[in-house]
Amino acid sequence: MSNEHIDEISGITTTGHEWDGIKELNNPLPRWWVITFYITVAWALAYTIAYPAWPMLSSATRGVLGFSSRNDVKNEMAAADAAKAKYVTAIQSKTVSEIAADDTLREFAVAAGGAAFKVNCVQCHGSGAQGSTGFPNLNDDDWLWGGKAEEIQQTITHGIRFAADPDTRQSEMTPFADVLKPEQIAQVSAYVASLSGPVQDKSLIEPGAMVFADNCAACHGENGKGNRDLGAPNLTDAIWLHGSGEAAIAAQVRAPKNGVMPAWVGRLGETTVKELAVYVHSLGGGE
Amino acid sequence: MLDQSQVERLEAEAVNSAKTRQPLYAARKKIFPKRASGRFRQFKWLVMAITLGIYYLTPWLRWDRGPFAPDQAVLVDLANRRFYFFFIEIWPQEFYYVAGLLMMAGVGLFLITSTVGRAWCGYTCPQTVWVDLFLVVERAIEGDRNARMKLDAAPWSARKLFLRVSKHAIWLVIAVATGGAWIFYFADAPKLLGEVITGTAAPIAYATIAVLTGTTYVLGGLMREQVCTYMCPWPRIQAAMLDENSLTVTYNDWRGEPRSRHAKKASTAGQSVGDCVDCNACVAVCPMGIDIRDGQQLECITCALCIDACDSVMDKLGRERGLISYATLADYNANMALATSGGTGPVNPALVRTPSGSFADGLAHFHLGKIFRLRTYIYLGVWSAIGLVLVYSLLTRERLELNVLHDRNPQFVTLSDGSIRNGYTVKLLNMIPEPRTVEITLHGLDGGEMSIVGIDQPASRSFSIPVEPDRLKTLKVFVRQPADQIRKPAQSFEFRIDDTAGSETAEYTATFNAPENSR
Repeated sequence: MSNEHIDEISGITTTGHEWDGIKELNNPLPRWWVITFYITVAWALAYTIAYPAWPMLSSATRGVLGFSSRNDVKNEMAAADAAKAKYVTAIQSKTVSEIAADDTLREFAVAAGGAAFKVNCVQCHGSGAQGSTGFPNLNDDDWLWGGKAEEIQQTITHGIRFAADPDTRQSEMTPFADVLKPEQIAQVSAYVASLSGPVQDKSLIEPGAMVFADNCAACHGENGKGNRDLGAPNLTDAIWLHGSGEAAIAAQVRAPKNGVMPAWVGRLGETTVKELAVYVHSLGGGE
Repeated sequence: MLDQSQVERLEAEAVNSAKTRQPLYAARKKIFPKRASGRFRQFKWLVMAITLGIYYLTPWLRWDRGPFAPDQAVLVDLANRRFYFFFIEIWPQEFYYVAGLLMMAGVGLFLITSTVGRAWCGYTCPQTVWVDLFLVVERAIEGDRNARMKLDAAPWSARKLFLRVSKHAIWLVIAVATGGAWIFYFADAPKLLGEVITGTAAPIAYATIAVLTGTTYVLGGLMREQVCTYMCPWPRIQAAMLDENSLTVTYNDWRGEPRSRHAKKASTAGQSVGDCVDCNACVAVCPMGIDIRDGQQLECITCALCIDACDSVMDKLGRERGLISYATLADYNANMALATSGGTGPVNPALVRTPSGSFADGLAHFHLGKIFRLRTYIYLGVWSAIGLVLVYSLLTRERLELNVLHDRNPQFVTLSDGSIRNGYTVKLLNMIPEPRTVEITLHGLDGGEMSIVGIDQPASRSFSIPVEPDRLKTLKVFVRQPADQIRKPAQSFEFRIDDTAGSETAEYTATFNAPENSR
C-alpha cells in the first residue's frame, strides 16, 4: 500500500517490480479471460478425479467414472459382434449353398470371407486369389477337387494331403522317373501336351498315347479329363497348375509335386470356413 | 422557417466519436437505440418479415415427390445423403451446384456492396434481423430509449426484476424457436416436432437446439453490436469493396455545417449556419451507437435509421430531406468542394444554395446511372454467367448413371477352355424417386458375354436389371471372351444402360485385359 507507485506517462499503478528502471504496469487481465482461466483449472481438476490420471506407485488413479480404454474396445467389439449376430446365426444354421442363394447373406459372407481370406489364404493363393505355379488360381473354373460351394467348404475344412486331419483329401501321383524310360516320358509328355495344343514332334504323340493308357489313364481317365475324386487334374484344358508345355509336363511325370493345404476348421471355426467357401465360390469360377 | 422548438434535443453521445476516439479494446458502453420511423424503417420491417418468414416457415412447405421420396419441399437428408429443394434433388456427387451457389453468393456480395454498400449488413444479415427482433421485445417491455436508460440506472426493484425477467424469458423463447426451426431442415418437420415435444427425438436434435438457442440469445440479445464491431470479418471485407461510386449512408456536411443548436440566434448575428441543428436524433436511433456525422466508419452497418431520424427532423424544420442520405463518395466530394470553394475554407452553406434558399445548380445529385459502371456490369455478368451455367447443367443433367470399376487383382483369369474372363464392379445410379428397369448391354468386344453374380441366367450380351427408386445398385459382372476372338492385350468396349420405359441412357468405356501371349 505504502509503496504504491503510479506511472507518470500512462497514469496506471505499477506492480512495484523494477528492472533497470523499467517498471511493470499493473494492467489487470480482462475479466472474461480470468473467469475462463479459472473454469479451465476447475475443469482440469474435475477431469483428473473423473478419469484415470494421477500416477501412483503401481498404477494411476482409476477415476470415479470407471473409464478404461480397454473396456471401451471390449464394448465396441461386443457391439460389433452383436450387430453381426443376426447374420452369423443364419450362416451357422444354413448350408453354404443356401447362403450363396440368399442375397443378403451372400453379401455378408463374401465380405467376411474376403477379410478372412486376406489374413489366412493370400500367403499361398495370392491377394487376388490368382494363385501361382503350384498354388491353384481360385478365380478360374478348373477345380481339382470340385467347385461346388460344399466341395470348396470340404477342402477348406479338412485340407489337402494334410497328415494331421484324418478326413483330409488324399491322393498322390507316382514318380515315374524309375518306372518309365526317358523316351517314354518324352512321348507321354508330347501326348498330354497335344490334348490342349500343338506339339513340336507329332511322331511322339502316338506312342505317347500308348504309354498314357498303360500308366496314366487309371487316375487321369482315358481321355485325360481327370478325376475329381482323386484330385487328378484335367489334362485337356488350358490351365496348368505346375506349368504348361512338354518340359513342365515331363518334369511333373518324373518327380510329381503333390501340393499340401492345411485343414482350417480347427483354427478358423466352422462359420468362417463357410464364409470363406462362399467367398471363393463367388470369385467367378464357382459351380 | 427555423422553428427549432418542435425538435426534441436528445442527450445522446456516440460510443466512439471522432472527438473521443478510443482504442478498440475498451469497456462496452451500453447502447439504447431509440425507435425510428420512416421509409427505411418500413423497409426494414418488411425485410425482417420476409427473412424470418422464410427461415421459420420453409421446413413446413410440402412438395409431392411420389411415394418413394420425402414430401418436404426443402430437406437436407444427411442420413440418406440427399438434398431436396422443391423440384430439384441433389446427390452428394452433385454438390457442385452448392459450390456454384456459393460462388454466386460471393459475386452477388461484390455486386451489392459495390453498388449499394453494406446493404447485407444493414438489412438482411441474421445478426441485424435478430437484434432488431430482440429490440422490438425490449422496447415493448421496457419502453423506448429514455425509459430503458432510466430503468438501467435505477436500483434493483421488484418492477425492474419483473421487466428484466420477462424480457430475457421472451428472448429465450425466440432463441429456442430459432434453434428449433433449424433442425426441421434436416428431417421431416411435422414428425420431428412431435418427437421433440415427446422427448423421443435424437440427442443431436436437442444438442443443436441448445447450441443455436445459446448463440441466438447471446449474440442477438446480449452482445448485439459487439458482434459486428469485434467479431465479424465481413465489415473489413466489405469495406475493401467499396469505391467512390458506391452508395453509403453519408452525413452531408456541405449543407449541415456549421451545425448550431441556436441557429436563429446565430443567423441573426450574421454567422453562417448549416442545416444540422445538432439534435442528436441520428445518434440516438443508431443501433451501433455511433455518430454518422463523423463520416464513414467501420462500425456503420448502413441500416439507414439515422436517415429516417434526420428526415423527420428536417420535415419539422421545413427543410429538404437528405441531410443524412445515401450518397456516393464522388458526389459528396464534389459537393464538399463546392461548399468549401475547393477546400480553401470552412464549409459555407451559402455556397451550395441560391439566394432564394434552394440548392445551387452545380450540386451533384444521385441518380441510378452512377452506381452502374463497368465494375458492376462485370460482377453482374459473372454472376449471371454462373447462374446460367448452373441452370443449364441442372436442366440437362443425367438422372441415370453408370460407373464401372475394372477388377485389378487379378486383371484377367484364364478359363479351362482358354477363354479370358475379366471382372467388373458396375454401379447403376437411378437418380429419380421411381423404380426403373434398365437394360445393360455390351457394345464391342467380339464374342464377349456377361454373367452377373446373383442373377441366375445364362451368359448373354444383355441383361434386364430392376433398380430401386433413388438408389445405387452395385453389380458384380464377369465378362468372358473366347480365346480365338481376342485381338490384343487391352481392348476397349462399352457398357451401356438404357431405361426400358424411358429414353435415358448412359455409357461407360471399359477395358478388357488379356495375357500378352494370347493370340
